Amino acid sequence: MKKSENIKKLIFYIVGSAIAVVMVMPFIWSLLTSIKPDTEIFQIPLQWFPSTITFEHYIEAFASVPFGRYLFNSAYLAVMGVFFNLLFGSMSGYAFAKLKFKGRKVIFGILLAAMMIPGVVVMIPQYIVLNNMPLLGGNDILGQGGHGLLNNFWAVILPGAAGSFAVFFMRQFFLTLPDEYMESARIDGCSEFRIFWNLYLPLTKPALATLGIFTFQAGWNSFLWPLIVLNDRSLYTVQIGLQAFTFDKQTAYGPMMAATIVIILPIIAIFMYLQKYFVEGVNFSGIKS
Amino acid sequence: MRWNKLNRAQEGVISLNSVTKKSSFNRYQSRAAYFLIAPTLILFVIFMVIPIGMAIFLSFTNYDIISSMEWVGLDNFKRLIDDAILWKTFRNVGLLTLFYVPLMVIISLLLAVLVTQPFRGVTMFRLAFYMPTVTSAVAASIVWLWMLNSEYGLINQMLSYIGIAGPAWLSESAPAMTSVIAVTLWLGVGGNMIIYMAGIKGIPAQLYEAAKIDGASAFKQLIHITFPMLRPTTLLISTMTLIGALQIFDQAYVLTQGGPANSTKTIVYHIYTTGFEQLQMGYASSQALVLTIAILIFTVINFKINQNKAG
Repeated sequence: MKKSENIKKLIFYIVGSAIAVVMVMPFIWSLLTSIKPDTEIFQIPLQWFPSTITFEHYIEAFASVPFGRYLFNSAYLAVMGVFFNLLFGSMSGYAFAKLKFKGRKVIFGILLAAMMIPGVVVMIPQYIVLNNMPLLGGNDILGQGGHGLLNNFWAVILPGAAGSFAVFFMRQFFLTLPDEYMESARIDGCSEFRIFWNLYLPLTKPALATLGIFTFQAGWNSFLWPLIVLNDRSLYTVQIGLQAFTFDKQTAYGPMMAATIVIILPIIAIFMYLQKYFVEGVNFSGIKS
Repeated sequence: MRWNKLNRAQEGVISLNSVTKKSSFNRYQSRAAYFLIAPTLILFVIFMVIPIGMAIFLSFTNYDIISSMEWVGLDNFKRLIDDAILWKTFRNVGLLTLFYVPLMVIISLLLAVLVTQPFRGVTMFRLAFYMPTVTSAVAASIVWLWMLNSEYGLINQMLSYIGIAGPAWLSESAPAMTSVIAVTLWLGVGGNMIIYMAGIKGIPAQLYEAAKIDGASAFKQLIHITFPMLRPTTLLISTMTLIGALQIFDQAYVLTQGGPANSTKTIVYHIYTTGFEQLQMGYASSQALVLTIAILIFTVINFKINQNKAG
């Protein structure tokens, strides 16, 4: 009995470590590449560790492309995405969970059904909608003449500002909170908005944290939609910048890895600090059906 | 105590008023509710309801953003039939899905079983397995671009240690598709592992105890207890993975640029090219519509397969 338990343990550690190496090695390898001199990057047989640590690739990456600007853009877009999703998500999540009104079930059902619609089908229409936003970006009242919200950060922020996922996530959390606070606050003459804002919202901090991190990650990592709507180089996100940089440099793997490390690092750092919330968020996306 | 008495004394009055009070509360409540859901609904109508309607309408038009829209009837759909690249991308994505979805289910389930073992250090493994999931598909693709470099990449250098000359991963069609699948798996198994973990924790321990008494091996327990008990989770993961797989773009765009010779070009990549590079928005919409229908059909088939297994 004891012996078989030990064998099981041994297998566990061997298999686990082998997989862990596969999962983590690309990160380590690119980190090592980014601090190696060029001659050691392109060497056969390979040299694992640099003889001298160099930051020339980081300097080159930042000198040839405004990665600082891209980092700022991505951070701005991700933070705005978090802000609007938390705000609108908790507002409507609260209404769907706690308030009674006509059409509640139907409207919520439609929002839920929309989560099932593949993103690709609305990709082109959303682009045209943004292009024809009335009175914005040189457009007249009929949405003609200019290019609306295209090539503007709002083109990224607005379509994703009130995601169905955020609404559903917050609703599920509000459902777990008791109705009693609401009832007694009403008797005390508290307004509905204050009941939501001052009484219930503070109780959802853990849910807000999970949703916030989740939304931040999605925003930081998103690629196709920003690629479609942002054309100015000064508006590029890190993902677009990184892709363009790679495309231009082709074989300059040193600077390429340096840039990639800079872009992965923030999200890994956040993950390490807040792993608990990450896991909750992923778990929840599993329960959504 | 005094409050109670007071309440009881006023009960008559309150119950008299309660009818009118309740309805005014409700009216106030629903007004507040509409106010709270208004921003979500407005955005939903602008960026979801209207676009869905437009998606269908656009399929019957020619539209290039610059000149005005032109109604062409079924022309776009007729053109679809002869669109060799489109059907090639469908084949590519079909092939990718065929390998990627089952592998995703099996690997993430096995990883979840591994990291729910009661041994020390298991959290470190969880962390390591989940790490790729937080990185973007773009960054991951670039890291793997270097890993898979035919001359200096880590993979081929390691293979040469054991006397194997690795292929030029990204410039031959079969290895390129394998690479796209592998990178996508590397990127995604961690997330599904966590969903499976939650499922495994929900399986009653008695089942395993009974199996142990009957002398069932660990493998038999996996096949006869863990997997059947996780069927709802598997249905969920396979559905989400399938829908994601049919819409893959980032990896193909960055890792292989769809090459060599369009062998890793995906459907969404083709729609992107048609719509936003060639500005044939009407035609691209009809392509997107076909993809949407395909996604719907495959989702239903997937449901059926998983239900049959359950039956």
